Amino acid sequence: MTAAANHPHGGRIDIDRVRIELGAGASRFKVLDEVSVQVEPGELVCLLGPSGCGKSTLLGALAGHLRPSAGQLRLDGQAIDGPDPQRGLVFQQHTLFPWKTVLDNVAHGLKMKGVPRAERERAAKAMIAEVGLAGFERRHPFELSGGMQQRVEIARVLVNRPRVLLMDEPFGALDALTRSRMQELLLELWTGLRTTVLFVTHDIDEALFLADRVLVLGPRPGRIVEELRVDFERPRRAALLTEPGFVALKRRCLELLHHGLGAGPALERLTPLGPPPVRPEWRFAV
Amino acid sequence: MDVTLALSPATAARAQPKPAPRRALPWGRFGVQALSVLACVLLWHVASTRHLDLGVVTFANVPSPADVLDAAWQLARSPKLLPHLASSLARVGLGFALAALAGIVLGLAIGRLRWARSSLLPPLEVLRPIPAVAWIPLAILMFPSSEGSMVFITFVGALFPVLLGTIHGVEEMDPRLIAAARSLGTQGWRLFTEVVLPSAAPGIVTGLSIGMGTCWFCLVTAEMIAGQYGIGYYTWESYTVQNYPSIVVGMLVIGALGMGSSALIRWAGRRLMPWQRPQGSHA
Repeated sequence: MTAAANHPHGGRIDIDRVRIELGAGASRFKVLDEVSVQVEPGELVCLLGPSGCGKSTLLGALAGHLRPSAGQLRLDGQAIDGPDPQRGLVFQQHTLFPWKTVLDNVAHGLKMKGVPRAERERAAKAMIAEVGLAGFERRHPFELSGGMQQRVEIARVLVNRPRVLLMDEPFGALDALTRSRMQELLLELWTGLRTTVLFVTHDIDEALFLADRVLVLGPRPGRIVEELRVDFERPRRAALLTEPGFVALKRRCLELLHHGLGAGPALERLTPLGPPPVRPEWRFAV
Repeated sequence: MDVTLALSPATAARAQPKPAPRRALPWGRFGVQALSVLACVLLWHVASTRHLDLGVVTFANVPSPADVLDAAWQLARSPKLLPHLASSLARVGLGFALAALAGIVLGLAIGRLRWARSSLLPPLEVLRPIPAVAWIPLAILMFPSSEGSMVFITFVGALFPVLLGTIHGVEEMDPRLIAAARSLGTQGWRLFTEVVLPSAAPGIVTGLSIGMGTCWFCLVTAEMIAGQYGIGYYTWESYTVQNYPSIVVGMLVIGALGMGSSALIRWAGRRLMPWQRPQGSHA
């Protein structure tokens, strides 16, 4: 119970024999089957796996955007039912509201909670400063670089003080240098907040650099093929990537991924929102 | 700004808003444009003063530019100008406002809600191919006052462009924005006001500016048949009393009003949507 005592806000995730199916009719297929994971409050866990193995789908289900067809998802003992600011979701490509300034984007969650303007703007400004964007409050998202947009996206989620932070390849679209800066930023923020983080990636270096624990997923139907503890000392710096211990773990991951992939064909990328919506049947002819 | 220094120069440079490449119109091009307009007026002048007759089309009764200028001057000094303009603007204003309101509300509902789509779209789909002008006889029968029937015609004319623009805007929306908003605690009607409406705004503005054009088109036709004041009525009256130069004046005023009001909508759209970059705008 020591972990729970250190984390009065909770953040324990229970994934209990979950199965998720996507698609309709004949094209329906099993994305995940019999997946069970437990994440302790404050833990940083990476889901590592090849494209299309269902790791983003699992994240979408935890965020409440997809419903498992079997099994249970719980946060601190409570069944997950629909989206909630307690479970913040960060996408690969930012989903900032283009019509809102950085400040209004970050303050959005508090506005929905009914926090008065002065108070929510103060909280948002503090959060923007924490992700290193003080001075950019009045800009619109299109005026920012990709890395800055992801910083705002993270700030917008963290300002709600979520119990868990769900990240779907959040740095996947960034260049290598920006990506490594963002990884260090994430670790800094996490050290300060100690919120539970579930981080999806297909980048082995990224997973090993960030995580307390790496869960390796095999392809369809996705299931966990291996669990690796990553005990490198924190705070971690980029130099860690070349240390022998790190390289050994990386080799192990590579073996697992190659073994898991087998001779199967490459799969298309899935999103946390499931399949694209069916086009409406009634349309105006244009 | 010390903040930009904290970031790498590359990201800081990219963070600067891109200056809109708005070059001044070169004098050469402006000259060509002015010359081409002048040439048209000159052709018109020659054709009308020489009473050019080409068999299929004749300029025998077409007033010359000078006559039109004179008629315009007379209209400008006439006490009737203001009531003509005021009644046309009031009808367009009212009909357009009602159409914008109905079109946006219906469009948001149809674009987002399955039940609204299946219940509202079929009747609208049946009504849509009927041109607003074809409504005129029935509108005269339906509305006790001719004002009511004319406002109704402009309403019908503007409704469908606004409705289509709004539906299109909602359908173009990134579904991830809705998901992100719901994950941030946005629910119910606030999902509409905070996310759907601003997302659809570019489509709505396009619909409004097309709707404004059809609005004037329908109004002028309606005024020719049912009006007692208004620019359309003025144009038609000039024909019936054989005051031919005034016809052209009426036409030019209608053109200017239509162009001005559409420009006003586009300007308002740009002001309200500073995030919308020119290349990202809908066609």
